[in-house]
Amino acid sequence: MNVTVTVNGVRYSRDVEPRTLLVYFLREHLGLTGTHVGCDTSTCGACTVLLNGKAVKSCTVLAVQAEGAQITTVEGLAQGDRLHPIQQAFWDEHGLQCGFCTPGMMLAAVDLLQRNPNPTEEQIRHALEGNLCRCTGYQHIVNAVQAAARAMSAAVGAPSGGE
Amino acid sequence: MAVTQVFGARVRRREDPRLIRGTATYTDDLTLPGLCHAVFVRSPHAHARIRRIDTSRAKSAPGVVAVLTGADLEGKVNSIPCGWQVPNCDLKTPPHPPLARDKVRYVGDAVAVVVAESRAQAHDAAAAVEVDYEVLPAVVDMEAALRSATLVHDDVPQNRVLLWSVKGGDFEAAAREPGVRVVRQRLVNQRLIPNAMEPRAAVAHYNPGSGELTLWVTSQNPHIARVILSGVLGLPEHKLRVIAPEVGGGFGSKIPVYPEEAVVSHLAVRLGRPVKWVESRRENYLGTIHGRDHVTDAEMAVRPDGTVTGLRVRTLANFGAYLSTAAPAIPTILYGLVLSGPYRIPNIDCEVTGVFTNTTPTDAYRGAGRPEATYVLERMMDLAARELGLDPAEIRRRNLIPKDQFPYTVATGITYDSGDYARALDRALELFDYRRARADQEAARRQGRYLGIGLSTYVEICGAGPSKVVGSTGFSGGLWESAVVRFSPTGKVTVFTGTSPHGQGEETTFAQIVAQELGVPLDDVEVLHGDTDSILMGWGTYGSRTTPVGGTAVYLAAQKVKEKAARIAAHQLEVSADDLVFENGRFHVRGAPDRGMTIQEVSLQAYLAWNLPEGMEPGLEGQANWDPSNFVFPFGTHVCLVEVDPETGQVRILRYVAVDDCGRVINPLIVDGQVHGGIVQGVAQALWEFAQYDQAGNLLTGTMSDYAVPKAAWFPKFECDRTETPTPVNPLGVKGVGETGTIAATPCVVNAVMDALSPFGVRHVDMPLLPERVWRAIQQAKGGSAA
Repeated sequence: MNVTVTVNGVRYSRDVEPRTLLVYFLREHLGLTGTHVGCDTSTCGACTVLLNGKAVKSCTVLAVQAEGAQITTVEGLAQGDRLHPIQQAFWDEHGLQCGFCTPGMMLAAVDLLQRNPNPTEEQIRHALEGNLCRCTGYQHIVNAVQAAARAMSAAVGAPSGGE
Repeated sequence: MAVTQVFGARVRRREDPRLIRGTATYTDDLTLPGLCHAVFVRSPHAHARIRRIDTSRAKSAPGVVAVLTGADLEGKVNSIPCGWQVPNCDLKTPPHPPLARDKVRYVGDAVAVVVAESRAQAHDAAAAVEVDYEVLPAVVDMEAALRSATLVHDDVPQNRVLLWSVKGGDFEAAAREPGVRVVRQRLVNQRLIPNAMEPRAAVAHYNPGSGELTLWVTSQNPHIARVILSGVLGLPEHKLRVIAPEVGGGFGSKIPVYPEEAVVSHLAVRLGRPVKWVESRRENYLGTIHGRDHVTDAEMAVRPDGTVTGLRVRTLANFGAYLSTAAPAIPTILYGLVLSGPYRIPNIDCEVTGVFTNTTPTDAYRGAGRPEATYVLERMMDLAARELGLDPAEIRRRNLIPKDQFPYTVATGITYDSGDYARALDRALELFDYRRARADQEAARRQGRYLGIGLSTYVEICGAGPSKVVGSTGFSGGLWESAVVRFSPTGKVTVFTGTSPHGQGEETTFAQIVAQELGVPLDDVEVLHGDTDSILMGWGTYGSRTTPVGGTAVYLAAQKVKEKAARIAAHQLEVSADDLVFENGRFHVRGAPDRGMTIQEVSLQAYLAWNLPEGMEPGLEGQANWDPSNFVFPFGTHVCLVEVDPETGQVRILRYVAVDDCGRVINPLIVDGQVHGGIVQGVAQALWEFAQYDQAGNLLTGTMSDYAVPKAAWFPKFECDRTETPTPVNPLGVKGVGETGTIAATPCVVNAVMDALSPFGVRHVDMPLLPERVWRAIQQAKGGSAA
């Protein structure tokens, strides 16, 4: 079947088997390997991408279901040399170790910050429940999301929230 | 430009830009022309005889390139060997065929492999392989296995892998001393699944022209993989290149050399095409090693004043169905030798019985033996304190090894390098405001709230290690490390290390060491690892050894570079090397700071070779191999506050304070991250994680949705601090920090929950302290019988 999607602003059209999962479509058909596969039960969240602006686990979506959609993967977060505030914050706050969960974790955080620009620590921890990290103990991830929230609020001139 | 102090600074990680941009290359991200995909067919039975395997339907499935069974590998892929043959314990080492031949021994044991053009086609064809099994009774429980007529391996009677012991002093005599009480408890340290976020994977490529095989593999130790696979495949080592690309966590589970890696390597040669295999999470739960799984009967002899005089443990350790690469060392030397912890215990008697069962093989999981030992010791300290009516902090304080007694040799025979254990305890109690917390606890109890405070004081052994010592314990290798520090003509520095970091951040910390020593900007230093073709030798990243051993090798290599650079600078400045001062990356003549050249300028001169001292070779690099004289012994105290809801048995962690001492700290940000991650894994063992088999050997917690990998919302913010007691073992004064959190956290939390339950008279509940178990213990205690 043919699938046409826009990923990180680029339009792609490919023929795929109907059973192809979106994550394998991104990884194997488009070569966007920043999105990872960490489980087979939609538990870990390593494959999280934004589908029409909302975080989804791309292992739980068929490629054909994404027909016509706008998708953002980790490769689409930075604007050239300028990192997205969430990337900058994960770097500054040591929000990653092995990095395998990081793309999904950052996209889940972006989704949260779109809905709630000034989340509390508790809200952040709950929002990330669908994303597992085995390395960091989450503390620096929480710090990173808080730092990104501050940076993004400052950038849009909104009153700074967070802590 | 002047270089500020980079050793000890909270430097952002060098490895992060590629990881946060999604441009890092993990094994599954690789693709090669003509790549085909392998999928393994695995046993659904824990124990069964293979009557027949019919691959005909699979072979004719669309896209299939090959289907192989164990018989096809006969004489081509040898048994997977065990790399740590612990002596004097009657160790049994039955063969581990790469694909099961006559018998399968655990659910997940691979019996066939299918190779196809696409991953999906390989999966389809794997489902078409027909295996006729004669199901045999399975042994799952260790005590039952020791008595069972069912043998996992026909030539291993009683399913007994080993019987190992260590003894120091005389426990019996200590226990007989008048007034001494002997506290007894059976303690179960449940089986865990490591759950590195990246499943295992391998890509193999064979070049028939050069005869070279390249294997990209999710390994914590590519050089060890090369040595072992060279033997397994019968390939000369110089024709085998093993690369660990970006590796997504390991926690010990990527130390072993596994059957799949050998089979995929063989397939690449046999088929003349590159082959990729990527483990599913389900396969990861079945086919990648598990950890822990001990049952221990412990006895502690303690005087009325709280002085611990003896510890006796009898431990059963579950090895699963085969001996994994380092498995024999884990419940023996890495467990028994550290049973004294941070205490003066003159009489220790430890006996360990290893058992084969029809379960997934076990091996090193973060901490590897040391969490098990610390759990036994710290639970027993609390039980002894309770028996004597002593405060848990007080009984610990009375038994800690005093700071003026180092180096200190414990009853099990190992010698601790350095420590100030009381200082870490004091600092943790101070941060926690322990006295006030006890008062709050009393007040809460009067209101019907069940708060509990738990402590653990720990010491761990890491930084392996002196090669001759590990050799004497049966390790089939050395545990030194190599490093090369190489300047380029333009003054940039490339560092090669034999360690193989996979998330720990040594690309940053090693660059900090080099930048500090050579006075070059951090951004001018690149750290490379994980490729057997570019690095002399290395023993890998595990056991908190990377910085104390690998980092020291880097430091020493940098010294050699500096020495050679000084000779070149002295020659060109026409002074004696003794008259040179090295400051902020620049040599200058003593008393004449204007007359000088930077080390980066020296580098260009070294490569131009127009004007070098007579007889000096061109180029500028230093190579060092470091074999430490001892292990290193990090330590610390963790304290936590929990609340138990007696109606539901639910445990909530309210506070967690960790004071760790890992010697000198190169990068506090990275050390904090290691501690946090370790705590989460340790807490998770105490409260949630367990691998559960049924009596037929089916893994009931066999998917990520059935196994409790902890989530962000289950934790409070940890309060971390450090003391810094340098080790004299290496010139950097650094110890390891990768496992401290995991070692300390588990007993800390269990002790806190038992403290919360003490008003009910509950003495001990085995982990994980799930609400149901806690609730039942409360009900049982209320009903009059002890839990």
